[in-house]
Amino acid sequence: MIRVRFLSQVPLELTPLIDSVTAPDRGAVATFAGLVRNHHAGREVTALAYSAYEPMAEQVCQEIVRETEASWPVRIALQHRLGDVPIGEAAVLVVASSAHRAAAFDAVRMVIDAVKSRVPIWKRERYADGSEAWVDPTAPEGVTPVRENR
Amino acid sequence: MNQFQVLLFARYAELLGSAQVEVNLPSGATAADLIHALRQLPGGDLLPPTPFLVMNHAQVRAGQQLDPSAELALLPPLAGG
Repeated sequence: MIRVRFLSQVPLELTPLIDSVTAPDRGAVATFAGLVRNHHAGREVTALAYSAYEPMAEQVCQEIVRETEASWPVRIALQHRLGDVPIGEAAVLVVASSAHRAAAFDAVRMVIDAVKSRVPIWKRERYADGSEAWVDPTAPEGVTPVRENR
Repeated sequence: MNQFQVLLFARYAELLGSAQVEVNLPSGATAADLIHALRQLPGGDLLPPTPFLVMNHAQVRAGQQLDPSAELALLPPLAGG
């Protein structure tokens, strides 16, 4: 079996992912791209860095793809970027192909929601004022400031 | 006593000043015992009371016994996507 890498240190490309899941019997391809945004919780974001618990993240991405392909008549391609990602570039890409559009649309949403809730990846934002914070969806402000210490 | 190696990531690595820590605990130690010990380390007081602990990539409950040969990791709130 070909070892699929779900994590990438280099810019993500949509076309190879689409090509990896299309076939003559599949008339629908739905895609989702999550791009790095220049604002978060009212602050101007100038840079963003992703890190991961890589072996577990690879495993969980594989599980999400397998579960989705077992539940829906779809094929899935998924990649997440790591390291520094400039504003406007893709942090995550999801592609679903199927015979008809409904399953492809539903599967893309299912996969991106699962990636956000299950894959061990973290995000550190730098702001226009020079400060930095860890993105924390469980925190009231949505971020936890980077600790100024040592 | 058993020695447990625990991987730390993102904000938790920053709090404890390292991407990996070693903790000695009696045989039969549980996840709750490990988290208690981690919270005693310098910077560990800022860890939440019940952080997300995984053993060989699977979530561990507080009362679950830990395998010293397993890969343990403490995960901050996930923020992928």
